Amino acid sequence: MSNFINNFFPIAANWIGTALASFLPGWIANIIQIVISISFFFVFGTIVVMSLVYLERRIIAFMQDRLGPNRVGPQGLLQPIADVLKLFSKEDIVPTNADPIVFKLSTIVMVVSALLVYAVIPFGPGMIISDLNIGILYAIAIASLTAIGMLMAGWGSNNKYALLGAMRAAAQVISYEIPLVFSVIGVVMITGSLSTVSIVHGQAAWSGWRWNIILQPIGFVVYFIAATAELNRTPFDLMEAESEIVAGYHIEYSGVRFALFFLAEYLNAFAVAALGATLFFGGWLGPFLPPYVWFLIKTYMLFFVFYWMRGTLPRVRIDQLMGLAWKYLLPAALANVVITGVGIWVYQVLIA
Amino acid sequence: MSIDPRAVVDPPTEPLNEETEQIVVNMGPQHPSTHGVFRMILTLSGETIVKAEIVMGYLHRGVEKQCEEGTFVHNITATDRLDYLSAMSNNLAFSMAAEALAGIEVPERAWYIRTIVCELQRLASHCVAIGTFGADVGTFFTPLSYAFRDRERILDMFNMICGARMTVSYVRPGGVALDLPEEFIPACRYFLDLYPQKVDEYETLLTKNEIFKARSVGIGILPPEKALSYAVSGPSLRASGIGYDLRKDQPYGIYDRFDFEVQTATGCDCFSRYIVRIREMRESAKIIKQALDHLPPGPHTAKLSRNFRAPEGEAFSRIEAPKGELGFYMVGDGSIAPYRCKIRAPSFINLGPLHEMLLGWKVADAVAILGSLDIVLGEVDR
Repeated sequence: MSNFINNFFPIAANWIGTALASFLPGWIANIIQIVISISFFFVFGTIVVMSLVYLERRIIAFMQDRLGPNRVGPQGLLQPIADVLKLFSKEDIVPTNADPIVFKLSTIVMVVSALLVYAVIPFGPGMIISDLNIGILYAIAIASLTAIGMLMAGWGSNNKYALLGAMRAAAQVISYEIPLVFSVIGVVMITGSLSTVSIVHGQAAWSGWRWNIILQPIGFVVYFIAATAELNRTPFDLMEAESEIVAGYHIEYSGVRFALFFLAEYLNAFAVAALGATLFFGGWLGPFLPPYVWFLIKTYMLFFVFYWMRGTLPRVRIDQLMGLAWKYLLPAALANVVITGVGIWVYQVLIA
Repeated sequence: MSIDPRAVVDPPTEPLNEETEQIVVNMGPQHPSTHGVFRMILTLSGETIVKAEIVMGYLHRGVEKQCEEGTFVHNITATDRLDYLSAMSNNLAFSMAAEALAGIEVPERAWYIRTIVCELQRLASHCVAIGTFGADVGTFFTPLSYAFRDRERILDMFNMICGARMTVSYVRPGGVALDLPEEFIPACRYFLDLYPQKVDEYETLLTKNEIFKARSVGIGILPPEKALSYAVSGPSLRASGIGYDLRKDQPYGIYDRFDFEVQTATGCDCFSRYIVRIREMRESAKIIKQALDHLPPGPHTAKLSRNFRAPEGEAFSRIEAPKGELGFYMVGDGSIAPYRCKIRAPSFINLGPLHEMLLGWKVADAVAILGSLDIVLGEVDR
């Protein structure tokens, strides 16, 4: 029974696959099965984003000594649905002077690049769309595509605030990409693999408690700061700083397109938190509860830190932001690589 | 041989221009951080401000002209809407000018009540100033929410006194509109006992925050000489190291009876303007406590006809309002209304040096510098 609960999703997928293969040719069954699992992830992603938005509004409200949304449904749980319905029923406005193709395409670039990252996130044993052997590299490469989406939005809107936001986005995302990659290298060196599943398996020592955060504290700090900047969350939310450039690159977007930007932003944020849980907190490993529950607990706990920072910290300025990336994070990440290398060498000498 | 005329007039190829192209950003009047309908036309090179132009007047309602139409008591309601975050202080400044013009004696109890409500108003106004400054440097409204929570208690007390929260019209020529209700004094004491902890909360969130310091220390320098030459007053002047405060330097009412310090800071920057306000909040709380302790019995207002007449003549009175030095110049012509009423609005005059303070800073700093000056557009445009 516990095996059934722990492996519910792989078993269900397997069952559907067998059922389909019983009356369809193999390749059609395969395609249908892939479509089903992708649709499942899309629905899952939408629900996750709704929950994140609801939790963000509610948790920050409690931090600020107010109640937050509590009118729509019990405890305001239906608020995200009401918000989405409102956004979908709004008029779709394309500004007269905007470049319509770039303007419309940017939302698609954003959402697609956000969804692609989910291909390599291991939600549990066997619960991964594709266990690429370069999983981490793929995730980081795809995540940086969002910079292009933002630039397109900012340029296509033909608005000065949007342009300022897009320029900030390009500078910020590209600068923080580098410490982000270097912070992950330490984990990769310890595991000896770029595959996300292998990284989780690598942390299974010490009866499931040899999490990489213990061996890679500097790496985690750099990863988390760089990821916050990459995701454009407080205190690094310069590209949509509402007190300076109103809404930044998505200032001209409304209705469904704005909803897509919102979706992409939170999907990205959840993906990065999920990668953080995978890389540094042992992914799905944990006692008693099913692995996917552990994975979600860890990811949401990491996300809580984003909320916490948003409720507390002011926003840094663009030059301070760049200084932090190049003067502090990058040297720290490089030093971490060196320390990790020395550590691995010492370990091998002692053991062997 | 014929020469193609176009070849002659074609300009020479320009050398590659390595400078960034400057763009003009029109910040406001519809912008979340301009504290109302204020407009800055910023010329930017990259993100750096190379030229700033200040445009105001979007909220002009002709308050000075309105004051010539109503009686002295009518006009109190117009002053509520000047600096709408500190209606009590505006009422007081107007009433003092009217009293000086008409030669009205104000009972002592009225002065104590006036002092209490005006200092409460200063707390409320500084709460907004600090909260919105926090939002301007980019916190997600947490300091704002904390500050408004405490301001709410003050507004509740105003509601208790006079039945209004913001447009109070409470201080009137001759005294105050109503005597303090019984429940006010315990409520006020309870509030004052808790208030220092609340200020500590703001300080934990902002003063000790490294990012907040990075965003405010050394930003938007207003040197003392420039502050004086632009006639800046209030916390913005005291943050430039000049301890000028009318409550000490030219005590009006009963301010000479209270023990308090004029708070200054020497940084001349956004952080100094913020920290001066924080310290002034603590000092104001001290003043209110002393006033509550010595509140005398007696009438709360002078015996005065509702449509009293002021003789021919002129009067000028000024007070230390939360935003700075608020003055009313009034000319009487023997009728029941002032012949002319000129308002020296601190928010308007404090905006004077803004276009110079902005030069060379980033867009993000423009918002912080404007926020640190703490303007209210109702007073700027009148």
